[in-house]
Amino acid sequence: MIIILTSKLIKNSNKGSLVTSGTKKRPDGRAFDEMRHLKIEAGVLERADGSSYVEIGDNKVLAAVYGPRELYVRRLLKPNMAILRCRYNMAPFSVEDRKRPGPDRRSIEISKITAEALNPAVFLEKFPRSTIDVFIEVLQAEGGTRCAGITAASVALADAGIPMRDMVAACAAGKSEGQVVMDLSEWEDKEGEADLPIAMMPRTGDITLLQMDGHLTSDEFEKALDLAIKGCQIISEEQKNAIKNRYGD
Amino acid sequence: MLLIEDKQIVVPGEILAEGDYHSGRGTFKDVDKVCSSLVGLVAVRDKKISVIPLQSKYIPKRGDVVIGKISDIRFSMWELDINSPYSGILPAAEVFGKEKRELNRAFDVGDVLFLRVVDVDEVKKVKLGLKGRGLGKFRGGILIHITPTKVPRLIGKKGSMINMIKDQTRCEVVVGQNGVVWVKGKPEMERVVQKVVKTIEEEAHTSGLTDRIRDMLLEILGEGKEKTEDVKKEEDEFKEELIQ
Amino acid sequence: MVQSVVPEIIKESVVNLIQKGERADGRALDQYREISLETGVIKKAEGSARVKIGKTQIVVGAKPQIGEPFPDTPNVGVLITNSELLPMAAPNFEAGPPNETSVELARVTDRCIREGEVIDLEKLVIIPGKKVWMIFLDLHIVDYDGNLMDAAALGSLAALMNTKIPSTTIEGDEVVIDYEKMVPIPIKEQPLMCTLAKIGGELVADPSLEEDDVLDARISIGLRVDGSVCAMQKGGSVPLTREEVLKAIKIAQEKTKELRKSIPKA
Repeated sequence: MIIILTSKLIKNSNKGSLVTSGTKKRPDGRAFDEMRHLKIEAGVLERADGSSYVEIGDNKVLAAVYGPRELYVRRLLKPNMAILRCRYNMAPFSVEDRKRPGPDRRSIEISKITAEALNPAVFLEKFPRSTIDVFIEVLQAEGGTRCAGITAASVALADAGIPMRDMVAACAAGKSEGQVVMDLSEWEDKEGEADLPIAMMPRTGDITLLQMDGHLTSDEFEKALDLAIKGCQIISEEQKNAIKNRYGD
Repeated sequence: MLLIEDKQIVVPGEILAEGDYHSGRGTFKDVDKVCSSLVGLVAVRDKKISVIPLQSKYIPKRGDVVIGKISDIRFSMWELDINSPYSGILPAAEVFGKEKRELNRAFDVGDVLFLRVVDVDEVKKVKLGLKGRGLGKFRGGILIHITPTKVPRLIGKKGSMINMIKDQTRCEVVVGQNGVVWVKGKPEMERVVQKVVKTIEEEAHTSGLTDRIRDMLLEILGEGKEKTEDVKKEEDEFKEELIQ
Repeated sequence: MVQSVVPEIIKESVVNLIQKGERADGRALDQYREISLETGVIKKAEGSARVKIGKTQIVVGAKPQIGEPFPDTPNVGVLITNSELLPMAAPNFEAGPPNETSVELARVTDRCIREGEVIDLEKLVIIPGKKVWMIFLDLHIVDYDGNLMDAAALGSLAALMNTKIPSTTIEGDEVVIDYEKMVPIPIKEQPLMCTLAKIGGELVADPSLEEDDVLDARISIGLRVDGSVCAMQKGGSVPLTREEVLKAIKIAQEKTKELRKSIPKA
């Protein structure tokens, strides 16, 4: 009954690769090891103890931190350390087709792994019996929101004055059109062969989040992992700048 | 080897020094490296490196004086919000001794009190008391919240900053170590104090602050400007105090 | 939402000041805080706006979908307004299904837009009784610093004025949607909302967070461009007098004229 003449899908998929001077460029014109546009700001919200805003490509993500604060749910309380809770949420208007408000299985999983990605960096033992709450709001999604969320969350944690071993940075790599590439775009994520998001503590190189789906040979995996690590390092520099800019340094 | 300069802004995980350096407050040691755990200002004293945080929550310490708000009345005790991850309790005995009386006759929910932290036990139960000069319930006035790490800045060297504010505005000002500030005076003066305190909070990490605050006060209050020479000295001495 | 206890002395000082015709942040009783409004901030949404009144901040997104009209109104399009008081927006906001405050905010905003006839809903019909455009308006409250109502109405209006839908044609039995040809949704009216708080017997415009916490009563008034009333909501458990309500409308009429200046020209 309904015919879609020029669908949103078609609109986004007419992205054949360009071949320029021998090297194969990606659909959006980036080199294989090139990141999308990146912008990070710290201290963007009034009420939260710490906050940040991150744009990676067309992703727009807000993060807020409250805490350490009193924990009212006794069964969650840990006598010797704080707990870190995370809620990753997508705005209904953040995606092409409106998303129903509230958590779904995907956002619950991402919330869990985000908390686990941040956990090792935070000196939780300094605040026994309390909670540190991290809220991530995806205002616009364009592939790689979980990484953008983690990146934003660590800046918000730092902004809240929470002591940490490092600021966790996150970036994905993967394979698209037969090529291993850094920081997958939405199209590369959907149409590509593999996606490998990671989070790490750049100072030590410790990896705190690792997910993968798709298909990679072990050589490709290694290459993708190295690209993702390189991406995290680039992001890490921007995170530091964001904090320093806030205080006019 | 020192990798940063004194007073520089650093971020969590940033390597401050390698080799023979000691890790002070706001830092941690990773094998032979001293790293920052916070967003803050570096303070290097001899071989000891500290980071003074720009933002923090109040963690109660025995002996501190704090400003708290009564949030609940429970069996033989009041519960207080002390702007901290840990709420405080004021036992009825602290107020009535052995006498049995109705708690809400003395203090009710929403009352604001100036108290001393009597004890913090291993389960982070914060016991508060009212024994001491100036402690008790506030009547009138307004409250200002600042980040607790900036309290020393607001007070200044031997109270230089806070006394200047009090003198110029003729307001009573009480500063809790938990970052809550009580001010009472003429309503327009209370607002002047609020503005000044917020400025101190925002610019606590910059130098020459006492000077600027003095100018700001004089400008608002419309009096002639005059600077004193010892302000600069106070600035430097103040930092020493912070690090200790 | 956990209701936080407001210190008695704060209540006193806010009331005392207002009775002297002053406010803690130095505003006049009928003065709004700084307002900022940007539209088209979310590319993925067909219409969007980010509004700030003081430090209160709302991101509004509008998304059209084709659906069936309600059986009792077969010849008009559908508008659905939803709001989320995000736990990031205030320490006492909790995650979970919308609470009373959130539902009230969405419903009052919806009334202002619907009864204020922002959208010509009849023009959203594709096949009468069968296919219409449904506009989902989502209010994402990211920072709460008092007076959500006015920010929500302002942001919603701006987002709707920014909204484009694909053009449709009917060929035989089929609806052909052309995403290459996006057209603005038909805007008829531009109502706005003005909220006044009753504190210490006085009416103050655009209550701040502190004022929102201590107010006795609140009245939000939706007004069309000509000053006629299209929606109202009283809040708070203290009553209002007839005179107060009439006075509130007068103030709101003046204030919405000012608010209107922040709307970008369509």
